[in-house]
Amino acid sequence: MAYSDKLVQHFENPKNVGTISTDPNDKEVGTGLVGAPACGDVMKLQLKITEEGIIEDAKFKTFGCGSAIASSSLVTEMVKGRSIEDAMSISNREIAKELELPPVKIHCSVLAEDAIKAAIKDFQQKNQAKDPS
Amino acid sequence: MEKLLYFDNHSTTPCDPRVVDAMVPFLSEMYGNAASRSHKFGWDARAAVENSRQQIATLINANEKEIIFTSGATESNNLAIKGVAKYFSRNKGKVGHIITPVTEHKAVLDSCHALERDGWEVTWLDVDKEGIISLDQLKEALREDTAIVSVMFANNEIGVVQPIAEIGAIVNAFRAANKTSTLFHCDAVQALGRVAVDVRACKIDLLSISGHKMYGPKGIGALFVRRGRPRIRLEALIDGGGHERGMRSGTLPVHQIVGLGKAAELAKEDLDTGAIEKVRALRDRLWVGLQKELDELYINGSWEHRLPNNLNVSFAYVEGEAMMMAIKQIACSSGSACTSASLEPSYVLRALGVDVELAHTSIRFGFGRFNTEEEVDYALKLIVKKVRQLRDMSPLYEMVKAGIDLKSVSWVEH
Repeated sequence: MAYSDKLVQHFENPKNVGTISTDPNDKEVGTGLVGAPACGDVMKLQLKITEEGIIEDAKFKTFGCGSAIASSSLVTEMVKGRSIEDAMSISNREIAKELELPPVKIHCSVLAEDAIKAAIKDFQQKNQAKDPS
Repeated sequence: MEKLLYFDNHSTTPCDPRVVDAMVPFLSEMYGNAASRSHKFGWDARAAVENSRQQIATLINANEKEIIFTSGATESNNLAIKGVAKYFSRNKGKVGHIITPVTEHKAVLDSCHALERDGWEVTWLDVDKEGIISLDQLKEALREDTAIVSVMFANNEIGVVQPIAEIGAIVNAFRAANKTSTLFHCDAVQALGRVAVDVRACKIDLLSISGHKMYGPKGIGALFVRRGRPRIRLEALIDGGGHERGMRSGTLPVHQIVGLGKAAELAKEDLDTGAIEKVRALRDRLWVGLQKELDELYINGSWEHRLPNNLNVSFAYVEGEAMMMAIKQIACSSGSACTSASLEPSYVLRALGVDVELAHTSIRFGFGRFNTEEEVDYALKLIVKKVRQLRDMSPLYEMVKAGIDLKSVSWVEH
């Protein structure tokens, strides 16, 4: 596949690979696990979020093609420092545009957008339970 | 960029320099039309063509009169299947039946689909998890109106070799006992020069040959059409001049044919001298090396019944396209959906029953005449390094190592 330089960069030097917390009950971390092995695309995105709702750290692990890995790497860069609301508004189109994804790979950017939303949802669900007031 | 290694010899092969040397004089010096009977230009061209016919015939234990030239194995496959079918229909005034495995090359599958649109019935033979057809299923499928049974000698993706001699014996016995005109066609493209192919011993009626899969040029191939009883009749797909005994019109591309002939001669040499065993040793060297360093590797298809130069292996939890990008100095290919324009994983791997997840992680290496031990050793280091890096990035590998059964997870598919 003839990919853009930016995409190749993200693939060869991915940003923020790894895990923030292995404790599923860690209330400071939201984990999004999207995709399916059968589809050839699985993304795990972890976001460390402050009490004020700012994403202070992000880490990812992805099983997928070059576009999938690059999309998730880019996402970790995009969300750092942003508020939850801001991050929720990130659209796959921004990701696809930045990486110049070929049409057949657009779905990788959609999955990356889904990963952000899933991680935030997980964080919010854990923290709803915490604070009844 | 550092050195590029070519391990994709099932996809195509480089022209052997000796093939190129043989071809060049026929471009600007001996450029006559082989059909020109009245002058030396034509006679020289014709002699070269007939020499090639013999070289190809020798490779498969045939007679040179049984070799006709085509633009490649895709055309040969089309000609064999559609040519036989069309003659059958014209002669018997009805359509008939074809038998072929689901793992054939697209040139065979799509030719059969085209005939289906004309009303032909096709029995698609299954393969077991080794990639081999059931001889019982074949026997049961044979009917009095079966015009052709088409089974490839060796598969282009997984390198698995079918029991061709047994199949030939079954078709022959059926034909004789039932007095049908059932023919056995074999796409031998991937087998030539790698394993012995003997059309007599295997009782093959039609056989497809490709130049660019055996260090010859692209755009030239041949079809073996057995002579003798029962006589094989096929309708030409291309009309105009009646070349090649009326089976394939068109001025013969002498330089291409000379290349194909030389390639066939060299292929026979590889087998006779045992040079092919060096290629097997390279394949084995990589496989042994990989197993020492990495876990969760799975060979796709039968190891025992496989071409000596093929390694089709799934690196679990690492997706195929990412893998190929990571080892970009190595030319190879993958059965992953992400590498196909249709986003469908390899139909050959699916036919084996390979789990879809593993199909996405498969890589095909095809070693060849020009690969070396140093290349394999370099590749081994690179592959091991990159697989480890990609597994460090893989949420699936992480989950598996933590003891999670991936099949028990409810995935949120998009």
